[in-house]
Amino acid sequence: MSQELDSLYQEIILDHYKNPLNKGLREPFEAEVHHVNPTCGDEVTLRVHLAGGVVDDVSYDSMGCSISQASASVLTDLVIGKPVDEAMQIHATFQELMQGRGNVEPDEDVLEDGIAFAGVAKFPARVKCALLSWMAFKDATAQTLAAADNKESTNG
Amino acid sequence: MDGLLPELEVIRKDFPILERELAGGMPLVYLDSANTSQKPQVVIDTMVDHLERHNANVARAMHQLGAESSEAFENARDKVAAFINAPTRDEIIFTKNASEALNLVANTLAWARGPLEIGEGDEVVITEMEHHSNIVPWQLLTERKGATLRWFGLTDDGQLDLSNIDSLITEKTKVVSLTWVSNMLGTINPVEAIARRAHEVGAIVVVDASQAVPQMAVDVQASGADLLAFTGHKVVGPTGIGVLWGRREILDQLPPFLGGGEMIETVAMERSTYAGIPHKFEAGTPPIVEAVGLGAAVDYLGHVGMDAIRAHEHAITAYALDGLATVPGLTVLGPIDASLRGGAISFEIDGVHPHDVAQVLDSRGVAVRAGHHCAKPAHKRFGVQASTRASSYLYTTPAEIDALVEGLEYTRSYFKLG
Repeated sequence: MSQELDSLYQEIILDHYKNPLNKGLREPFEAEVHHVNPTCGDEVTLRVHLAGGVVDDVSYDSMGCSISQASASVLTDLVIGKPVDEAMQIHATFQELMQGRGNVEPDEDVLEDGIAFAGVAKFPARVKCALLSWMAFKDATAQTLAAADNKESTNG
Repeated sequence: MDGLLPELEVIRKDFPILERELAGGMPLVYLDSANTSQKPQVVIDTMVDHLERHNANVARAMHQLGAESSEAFENARDKVAAFINAPTRDEIIFTKNASEALNLVANTLAWARGPLEIGEGDEVVITEMEHHSNIVPWQLLTERKGATLRWFGLTDDGQLDLSNIDSLITEKTKVVSLTWVSNMLGTINPVEAIARRAHEVGAIVVVDASQAVPQMAVDVQASGADLLAFTGHKVVGPTGIGVLWGRREILDQLPPFLGGGEMIETVAMERSTYAGIPHKFEAGTPPIVEAVGLGAAVDYLGHVGMDAIRAHEHAITAYALDGLATVPGLTVLGPIDASLRGGAISFEIDGVHPHDVAQVLDSRGVAVRAGHHCAKPAHKRFGVQASTRASSYLYTTPAEIDALVEGLEYTRSYFKLG
């Protein structure tokens, strides 16, 4: 019983929950999104700032369970400072892990602390918690890139 | 402990699922009955028997099985009518669930002409402690008709703030719709007193009795309600069946809801005329076996006795409130006096999110609900985003409450709180 629970609540997750990284909303940003999990009410407001093809900052304000909060912290730690393409690759790898029903071997080189969420994939009800901020990041990044494209085509 | 059902162990044996073992050999401690109740063997058997021996469509089939099925379905209507003391069986309308019953009322009111018609300048009054299914239909109605939605606020201890009742319910009020027992705060509301004020100004009173009918003797004639909704699956019956009771003079004035078979008197290509109540509101093949199961369910509850069930719930709730008070950092949302409330107790624990509380409890076999319980405005009123809710029923034992409290202490230690 406790073993099952420990596979969900890895020490790394509880650490990120208690001491979240990069939390708070910051300037500058190109896109801000608000995502909610309608079944439980967890919420995240997330901003993305891209500069020169790099994820310069991801800032967020969120309310929710340990899994959703720790996941936002791990997300920002992983993607800030990375080229956008690489950040989106990390996103895809994390999403694949979460939706793998516990059958996907996590890649520590790519996901670092994110591998602690491997156990969450075995709890279908909690997968949405883990993905909340990641989906918000994907959305905000896509909006930023689309706006940049528009600007370019208008200017061009 | 005073008030417990005298034959609690016998009653528990009526509910086969209570024997379930969960992962890790943990016995089930089911404290989610406000979400859905468990089913006694007699309900399961009645439904199986109907499907095995009597299955046919109702009111259409001119054969023996059709007659048996129709009789079983209509008997269920009689049983439900008796259970809530409806003056006539025709005032019992079967719906899919309580949400559909409430939506039926709000939609047909939107289409009503004459005295019940709602238009610009009219008002509908609800409360801040409603389930979303008694908020959203009224938002839709008032938006569509240019009417105004108003609501009772809540006091800090989770009761309706009635201090402004006379300025809230006025000559402009056409409908007052409220829950009898809150699914989140547990509060039992003074329906009769509010109905008296509503009737003074000529408004109709709609009562969401989804949490009341399971827990206490409900007499619709004494309640003050003009229309009252509840659902089958919370009264030890199956899912897929709900009930709308309404006073005949109101139901007769409301236009049909869904069009189709069974709800008509005669149909021509140009126009149709409609059946009388209850069939006017029961288009299409109804949930037959579900109604039959509901009939067995209310028979079962009637046999145990609703006053005895209320006394049991009161005793268990008081015991649970005492137990929860011993958990450090735990705050109960809603009245802490068991006599003011039903058996659903929502709470929060400093430093642990409700989801995480429910997850740890689940690993110990204790089933509770975590989230906003479809009552987001009530949560907002108390400055919380979500809560954990434990809810008991006639089969709940004091030992199960002990398992809850021990589980909460374990949760605190698991998350390294004090």
